[in-house]
Amino acid sequence: MNSPHAASLRDAALVAGIAGILAFPFVGLLLTTEGTAPTLSTRFPEFAGAVVVIFFGRLGISAARRGHGLLPLVLGLAMAAGGAFSLVVEATGLGASGTAIWHAFVPGTFLSTVACAGGIAIAGLAGRNYLMQGRQPAERTPLPMGQLLLWLGIALAGFAILLPLLPGVDRRLIDVATLVLTYVMLGWGLNIVVGLAGLLDLGYVAFYAVGAYSYALLSVTFGWSFWVCLPVAGALAALFGILLGFPVLRLRGDYLAIVTLGFGEMIRIILLNWYDFTNGPDGITNIGRPSFFGLPFASKPEQGTESFHTFFGVAYDPVHRLIFMYYLILALAFVTNAFTLRIRRLPIGRAWEALREDEIACRSLGVNPRNTKLSAFAIGAMFAGFAGSFFATRQGFVSPESFTFIESAILVAIVVLGGMGSQIGVAVAAIILVGLPEYFRELQEYRMLAFGMGMVLIMLWRPGGLLTHREPTIRTRPAPA
Amino acid sequence: MTPLLKVSGVRTFYGAIEALRGVDVEVAEGEIVTLIGSNGAGKSTLLMTICGNPRARAGEIRFADHDITRLRTWDIVRLGVAQTPEGRRIFPRMTVLENLQMGAVANPAVDFDDGVRRAFELFPVLGRRRNQSGGTLSGGEQQMLAIARALISEPRLLLLDEPSLGLAPRLARQIFAVLREINQSSGTTIFLVEQNAYHALRLCHRGYVLANGLVTLEGTGSELLANPAVQAAYLGGAGE
Repeated sequence: MNSPHAASLRDAALVAGIAGILAFPFVGLLLTTEGTAPTLSTRFPEFAGAVVVIFFGRLGISAARRGHGLLPLVLGLAMAAGGAFSLVVEATGLGASGTAIWHAFVPGTFLSTVACAGGIAIAGLAGRNYLMQGRQPAERTPLPMGQLLLWLGIALAGFAILLPLLPGVDRRLIDVATLVLTYVMLGWGLNIVVGLAGLLDLGYVAFYAVGAYSYALLSVTFGWSFWVCLPVAGALAALFGILLGFPVLRLRGDYLAIVTLGFGEMIRIILLNWYDFTNGPDGITNIGRPSFFGLPFASKPEQGTESFHTFFGVAYDPVHRLIFMYYLILALAFVTNAFTLRIRRLPIGRAWEALREDEIACRSLGVNPRNTKLSAFAIGAMFAGFAGSFFATRQGFVSPESFTFIESAILVAIVVLGGMGSQIGVAVAAIILVGLPEYFRELQEYRMLAFGMGMVLIMLWRPGGLLTHREPTIRTRPAPA
Repeated sequence: MTPLLKVSGVRTFYGAIEALRGVDVEVAEGEIVTLIGSNGAGKSTLLMTICGNPRARAGEIRFADHDITRLRTWDIVRLGVAQTPEGRRIFPRMTVLENLQMGAVANPAVDFDDGVRRAFELFPVLGRRRNQSGGTLSGGEQQMLAIARALISEPRLLLLDEPSLGLAPRLARQIFAVLREINQSSGTTIFLVEQNAYHALRLCHRGYVLANGLVTLEGTGSELLANPAVQAAYLGGAGE
């Protein structure tokens, strides 16, 4: 019994056993409160499902590692199909109606999703084994990462553009997608400061708050429209970026992080306590909504004016505004991305990256570190200001509660997990860190647990972040001699 | 003729420790001048003081009719003083070409493509690695990149801190040969700090010996090579 198959089986059984021991109290037991007395019930089907999925998943992984194609492909596809099936069953309520036997065997959303994603990953590994079959190691040229990422980016962008038009997309999904895009944009803005210039900023939410309050106050006090306020909010946030930048010019690493953290808290506490100006903890309400090129999204337009639905002759539907908001933040995010991609090729962007690599070398090459750092802080803050304006107009309400340290922490996590400096990595990390928790609300208690576990796994396997590829900003030039 | 670089009476401190105790050095246009000395003599400190970090607490440094004693590093560099700092300090995640682009910061007027062509003529290996990131180069290649990067801005004065450090003897000779070529073909003035006294003195027109923060000897390269004190202290007594 010493064949590799037996070893794989033993290994899979061992892993499933350990997982079973760990999972039993979390998955197998359920503490509910009925009336006043807590009662302990069991969830054996879910528990057994988890252990079975882990057993076969592990078997598939180790088979794929040893270069097999067929076994992991079958296992992976089976897992993916099973997970997807139970997701569908749950979503359509197939299990709830009538046949109770179904329901007993359908695990929760979380487990189904994990099984589905894991199955796809294992099938992917198997597929790679098929592709590699019969090739010598020397022929396995590294994948052209730059091109792959470009296509991935185009695919993601296309998907984002088409998302509201896809069938089956409901208000909730658009709402979540809008939220995710806000974080994508904030992540891209912070990426300029942290990813490109290498300045660890733990107080980025301060500029987000400045942008949001700028728009809120200008809109409520003077009745300025969103499109007028947007550049003003960006400029004010950039000004605050410079204000923060000056005292921290000489700091780097941990010290910089601590001061920026303090700055973020200062802004929040000022907003909280300057009651006359910011309305303190009560926040600012009735913030103006953006209009569609002058056409408001109102169900009943004011006398003598037109609104979006009357102008286009369609029935009033509140989803119009949601979709408009979605496209608005998508456009803002695209602008941020295009700006970053462009500025990386300009001297200032190159100087940011060089400054991240080696400040002393930069000085000795004639780079003025003060101006370079301040410009990074200012431009990063400007995009946070734009995003803040968007946040204020989307919510119609701002209060200091929305700008706590945890927001900064999530944003830094997005940039670091994404792979510092990688635009697509930031987008993917934002989807994972912001989008998934919205969809797994029922597991909210475990969010921090999952966060921590994710961080540990990333640091173990991909210490540079999800995507560490850095696309050079200049290609072969001049022509080879 | 006034020298291109004139260091007079410079005293530099690290806290209370006096690293340079009144140093006088002159470098004329078109010269290769070398500064030798043992560890801790203050060689690197002198180079760094010329670049304004740390600043001299006393004395004066003049470069081409400018008093640069109080200027900041990046302003000095923009006047036409390029330096390769100690330890190469190339940008590891940026490609060879991007590293060279950073060299053009000090002088935006230069023709970058032309500079790159010249750099790849001097160091063909860099041309073959142009799209490779700096961190994947070997030590010798990194040193070549550091020199090439400093030359992109077409400086009038090139300051080099131990370019042969950690290089195999053959590579070190190659670097010194390239320095001579740079000096002869484009007339770039070179001020070189070296531990490798034999090669440095053979290369240079004139040399200084620094000991305990003071210049103790100066002369042409061949004079210093023949000097018994220099031989005993820095050439392993080869001439005795």
